[in-house]
Amino acid sequence: MKIPTRGPLPRHLGRHLFLISFTALTLFPVMWVIKMALRPSQTFVTSLNPLPDTFSLQNFKDVINAPYFWTQLGNSALISGVTTIVGVFLACTAAYAFSRFRFPGRRAGLAAFLVTQMFPGVMMMIPLYQVLDWLGLLDHWLGLVLVYSTTSIPFCVWMLKGYFDTIPHELEESALMDGASQIVIFWRIILPLSRPAIAVTALFSFMTAWNEFILAATFMSDERAFTLPVRLQHYVGNYTTEWGHFAAGALLVSVPVMGLFFALQKHLVGGLTAGSVKG
Amino acid sequence: MARVELDKLQKQYPNGFKAVAALDLTIEDGEFIVLVGPSGCGKSTTLRMIAGLETITGGELRIDGRRVNEVPPKGRDVAMVFQSYALYPHMTVFENMAFGLRLKKIPEAEIQARVEEAAERLGITSLLARKPKEMSGGQRQRVAMGRAIVRHPKIFLFDEPLSNLDAKLRLQMRVEVGRLHRALGATSVYVTHDQVEAMTLADRIVLLKDGDVQQIGAPMDLYQRPNNLFVATFIGSPVMNVIPVQYEDGYLRGEGLKLPYKGEVIREEMRLGIRPQSLKLVDEGAPHALAARVEVVEPMGSETFVYCRYGDELLGVRVEGLARPEIGGLARLAFDLEAIHLFDAASGARI
Repeated sequence: MKIPTRGPLPRHLGRHLFLISFTALTLFPVMWVIKMALRPSQTFVTSLNPLPDTFSLQNFKDVINAPYFWTQLGNSALISGVTTIVGVFLACTAAYAFSRFRFPGRRAGLAAFLVTQMFPGVMMMIPLYQVLDWLGLLDHWLGLVLVYSTTSIPFCVWMLKGYFDTIPHELEESALMDGASQIVIFWRIILPLSRPAIAVTALFSFMTAWNEFILAATFMSDERAFTLPVRLQHYVGNYTTEWGHFAAGALLVSVPVMGLFFALQKHLVGGLTAGSVKG
Repeated sequence: MARVELDKLQKQYPNGFKAVAALDLTIEDGEFIVLVGPSGCGKSTTLRMIAGLETITGGELRIDGRRVNEVPPKGRDVAMVFQSYALYPHMTVFENMAFGLRLKKIPEAEIQARVEEAAERLGITSLLARKPKEMSGGQRQRVAMGRAIVRHPKIFLFDEPLSNLDAKLRLQMRVEVGRLHRALGATSVYVTHDQVEAMTLADRIVLLKDGDVQQIGAPMDLYQRPNNLFVATFIGSPVMNVIPVQYEDGYLRGEGLKLPYKGEVIREEMRLGIRPQSLKLVDEGAPHALAARVEVVEPMGSETFVYCRYGDELLGVRVEGLARPEIGGLARLAFDLEAIHLFDAASGARI
C-alpha cells in the first residue's frame, strides 16, 4: 500500500504561480500609469518598480480643472451613450430579421456587413469627413454618433444574429399559438432571452465610441466639442509631454468603462434558454 | 368546441416536394383524432397547417364551417402542445400559462382563476412559482399542457407531446392525456409515430404514409380490417407476419405451407398476413402446420414471443405464459384460419 502523499499540492502551486505571474504581467503597465499619475511631476517613470513612491493628487486636479474638462466628459458620455442605444437597437432589429426571416438580399447583406469589417476605419476618414461636412455635422456630437453607430452596427448584427440563431424556433411558434404578434415575440420573448448578447454588444458599442480617437480628432476642431481621448492627446506635445497629466487623464477616462463593465457583468450569464425546449 | 374540415388539404414545398398530397378529413366536435405514420409521412405538416404555422398550398381548411386558410394562428382559437414543450424559459410556470391570456387582455382575476384551475387539474399547483429549468421533463410537459388548457381553445393540437419522456412517464402521461380529453371534451388532433399511443388514445386514427392517407378509422377497425399491407404491419405490436402465398385448388400454398381456403379468390399471387397471437405452437402431426426453426425467444413475463425463421423473414408467435421452446429447435406453427388477412401481392391492397 502506498502512503497517501500530498500529490495535488505541487500542481496546485504551479498553477497558482503561473496565474500570479501573468496577473502581475498584465497589471504591470497599469501600475506604472498609476505610479506616474500619482507623482507631482510631469516626467516619465523609468524605474522598473511599479509601486507608487509618492502620493499626490495634483495631476488629477489639474486634469479636472483644465478648461472644458466637464464639457468634454459630457461629450464623451453623450456620444457613447447615444451610440450604444442607437447601435444596439438597430442591431437587434436587423439581427432578428437576418436570423428569422428569409428575404431577397439576406445573404448579400450579411456578407456585406462582414466585408465592411475588413477595411480599416482610417480608410473611410476622408469620405466620412466629406459626408459630415455636407451634413453640417462637423464639430457636432451627432456627427460622431452617426459615424460610430454605423461602424459598430455590422459587428453587433453578426454577434446578435449568432445568438438569436440559438434561440429555439418552437418558442416563437409557441408564442404565435398563444396569440402573440411578431413585435410582442421580439420584445417579450427574444429580447429578454438575449440579455447576455445584448449586454456584450452594448459594452462593445460603448467602448468603441468611448475610446475612439482618430475620427474624433479629425472631425472635431473646436475644443468644446472634443471627446476625452482627443483631450488626452493634447497632453502629448511636440516638444514636451505632460506625462503626469496624461497618466491621470488616462485613468479618469478608463473609470466609466470599468464601471459599465461591472454593471453589465451580471447579465453575462449563460444558460438563459435552459429549460425551454428539450434539446 | 369545433368541427374541423380538411378538404383536399395540400402542402407542396417550393422545390416541388409534396409533404401532404390531398388530405380529406372531417373531425367532429369533441373527437380525438390521432395522425400516425412513420417519419416524413406528413402528419406534423398537417397538424402545423391546422395550427396556422405552415401555409396551405392547396385545398381548404374549415373550422366550424369558416375557411381559415389565410387566418393567422391567433385568429383560429387553437392551442398546441409541442414535443419540445417550448416553455418560455424566462417566465415562471404561472407566467407561462398566463402569457396567452394576458395577450387577450383577460382580467387579471380571471387569469388567476383559470391558471389555478388548470394547475390543479394537472397537479402542478406547487410548481407555479418555478422556472422551467427547475423542473423535470414530465413536469414541463404538464405545464405545456396547462398552457394549452387555460386558453379554453376550440381545438387542441398535440405534436408528439410524449416523445421526449422516458417509457414509464410516457405511459403515465398517455393515461393523463386520455383522462384530460374525456374531462374537457374538446376537439383534439394528436400527432405521434407511436402506434400504441394512437391505438389507446384515438377515437379515430388517420394513418399516413408519404403524404397520403392509408386508412382512416377507429383503432380496432385498423387493427382488425387493415386496408393494405402497410396498415397491417404498422398497427399492432409485435408486427403482423406476412407470407407470400399462391391460391391453388382450394388451398393457399407457400413455402412449406398448405392451408385450406374457402373464400373467393380472384388473384393468384397474394400476401397472407397473420398476427402473432393467431399463430400457435403445436405438436408434430397437427394438420396444416408450418415447420420453422426457432431463432429468438423473448419472454415478457405474462407472455412469450417466439420468432421462427421463414425464408428471409422471422415469424412471430405469441405464446401464453413462460413456454420456452429451445432455440435452434424445430417448431410447428398452426394458423388460425379465421384470423388470416389476404393482400394483393402487387398493390398491397386488402382482398
